[in-house]
Amino acid sequence: MSERLLVSGNNAVARGAIQADCKYFFGYPITPQSEIPEYMSKELPKIGGVFVQSESESGSIYMVYGGGLAGARIMTSTSSPGFSLMAEGISYLAEQEIPAVIVNVMRMGPGIGTGGQGGQTDYLQVTKGCGHGGYKNIVLAPSSCQEIFDQMQLAFYLADKYRGPVLVVTDFILGEMEEIINIKTHEFGSLPPKEWALTGKDKRGGERAVHVAAFFSYLGILNYHMKQIEKYKNIQETEVRYDTYLTDDCDMLLVAYGSSARIARGAVDMGRAKGYKLGLLRPITLWPFPSDALVQHAKKAGKVLVIEDSQGQLVEDVKAYLDSDIPVHLLGMWGRHNAGGGGIIHPERIIEEVEKING
Amino acid sequence: MDNNLAKMKKVAGKPKIRVASLGMYCPGCHYGIISRVICEVIEELGVEGKAIGLAGVGCSFGGAPMTIDIDWTSCPHGRAPAMATAIKRIHPDATVLTVQGDGDLGAIGLGCFMNALLRGEKLTTIFLNNAVYGTTGGQMAPTTLLGMKTTTTPVGRTIETNGYPLHLPEIAATMKGVAYAARCTVHTPANFKKAKKSLKKAIQKQIDGIGYGIVEFVSACPPGWKLDPLQCLDYISEKMLDEYPLGEFKNVDKIE
Amino acid sequence: MPKGKIKITEEFCKGCQLCIQFCKQGCIEISSDRYNPNGFLLPDFVNEDDCIACGICAWMCPECTIDVYKYIEE
Repeated sequence: MSERLLVSGNNAVARGAIQADCKYFFGYPITPQSEIPEYMSKELPKIGGVFVQSESESGSIYMVYGGGLAGARIMTSTSSPGFSLMAEGISYLAEQEIPAVIVNVMRMGPGIGTGGQGGQTDYLQVTKGCGHGGYKNIVLAPSSCQEIFDQMQLAFYLADKYRGPVLVVTDFILGEMEEIINIKTHEFGSLPPKEWALTGKDKRGGERAVHVAAFFSYLGILNYHMKQIEKYKNIQETEVRYDTYLTDDCDMLLVAYGSSARIARGAVDMGRAKGYKLGLLRPITLWPFPSDALVQHAKKAGKVLVIEDSQGQLVEDVKAYLDSDIPVHLLGMWGRHNAGGGGIIHPERIIEEVEKING
Repeated sequence: MDNNLAKMKKVAGKPKIRVASLGMYCPGCHYGIISRVICEVIEELGVEGKAIGLAGVGCSFGGAPMTIDIDWTSCPHGRAPAMATAIKRIHPDATVLTVQGDGDLGAIGLGCFMNALLRGEKLTTIFLNNAVYGTTGGQMAPTTLLGMKTTTTPVGRTIETNGYPLHLPEIAATMKGVAYAARCTVHTPANFKKAKKSLKKAIQKQIDGIGYGIVEFVSACPPGWKLDPLQCLDYISEKMLDEYPLGEFKNVDKIE
Repeated sequence: MPKGKIKITEEFCKGCQLCIQFCKQGCIEISSDRYNPNGFLLPDFVNEDDCIACGICAWMCPECTIDVYKYIEE
């Protein structure tokens, strides 16, 4: 019988990382995720790990870069404005192929945005590389505290497997809410040793490791990029993850991720009780995007309603993958029940939208 | 007289951990001499197998990793102290050195550097001060002298437009977590010997777990200064050392 | 009576003349027309008799091209 604990989403991030044997955390406080560094500062010293509060999110991401180069499992967490500061560093992590896990507990943007409420306004940023140079990160979007705990472990595995940064994206709602989780260690498979890590020549039998910018490496510019293109293609073929709910016979496909997916799932049940044949496709990997599943289920349903707490970002990807004969509707942040800080999209509002679409 | 080299003993030559290569440095650049200082100090301290170097962006980027046979990484501009912090925390028995130029440490990296000093990290920074941004073509640096002409101070640096030159070891010396702060040059053999002594002390502070060590090397940049290598030596003696006095600003064996 | 001798690995020389500048014995001079394949004007070890094997030319060479040898006392 595994241990069961009542935890917040933020706490599940930290616990999941420790469960994955991550002993190093470098981060900076920012609402709504300061609980993550706080928990790490308390727990890591107990297990022989290291917590350093950096001077800024720039400091954090470069500490993560150094820690990854040193061969350890390391992570940081932040929220949207801090995530922008990290974009350059993530570009370097991707270029140099350094494993790292970066958690973005999204809040409403742009700019300083708002700390104390939710939002899903970083979708485009996290899925399109978020920094310069055209690289891609694997992006995981859990939608429950259990998924957060499980997917943190998956994130470290994928980061080591593909040698690059992996993003885990939650938001204020997921971060602060509390649910019961089962504590369990997931095994994903064996990984090669990190012979490339910086440890000093002695620990590597006398040969030095040199990491200079990839373009200076023996590969050369074009070969380097062809290798990355091949890697991303491989990830797109192997690591797509998504969930479906009542999509076999639905005539309107709801598409949502993260906290919006929880609300959308409630709307599916509510709609079904009224006789509306709704179904839900929930991307778990925002990149690689489950485009095949989307096309398959959207064609079957005939119409799509995207639900996201933003101006309309996920909907751009949905439209890009679908033929123009499948209508794609959007219920964005205007679906919130009030215009102020506590606004949230309710399942009832989704049903209203369904009824409007159906005429 | 027998001129056969076999009856002779080699008394000076390429350091053991110096990688033989046609380096990236311009003729007369002092970074090559500083690279020798670093090699010899690492060899004499016996930390070759434990050393991890981090090179900033600029002439330190291609030069140091390419010429010194230890573990290296290059770093985004200014970020070496943050990266070094993580590496040292994860490998506390490693000897972690950052090699950074005047823009890397004194401009974009100043925040990272100051915070690493505040945290009292057990690191060593080799600060290469040649008063210009060499790699990018000779623009003004935080350490450019007043009145000095660069490509972005075509009439000479003025206080009104660009403020005053930066004195990093003096600032570092005021911070509690710093165990050693000094400035030296390699523009004469006597200074070469003093520079070795300084760097050795700085790295020993790390090995002994005392605190941060920073050694600034005032060096020449012939293309940036638009002077030939021999004229650069005079420029250092006559102008640079006026602004940047040599010596130790802090040297403690214990941080209270 | 020379105490030592130097050997310059000419392919790495960049013609900066710091070795000439710092040899206190005046043993090294710039050649008039000897260039290496990279186009740098090479130094010549001319006054071999005055070499005292102090090693300073080696220290000051930024490219570490100079090896300094000392005669072993018989």
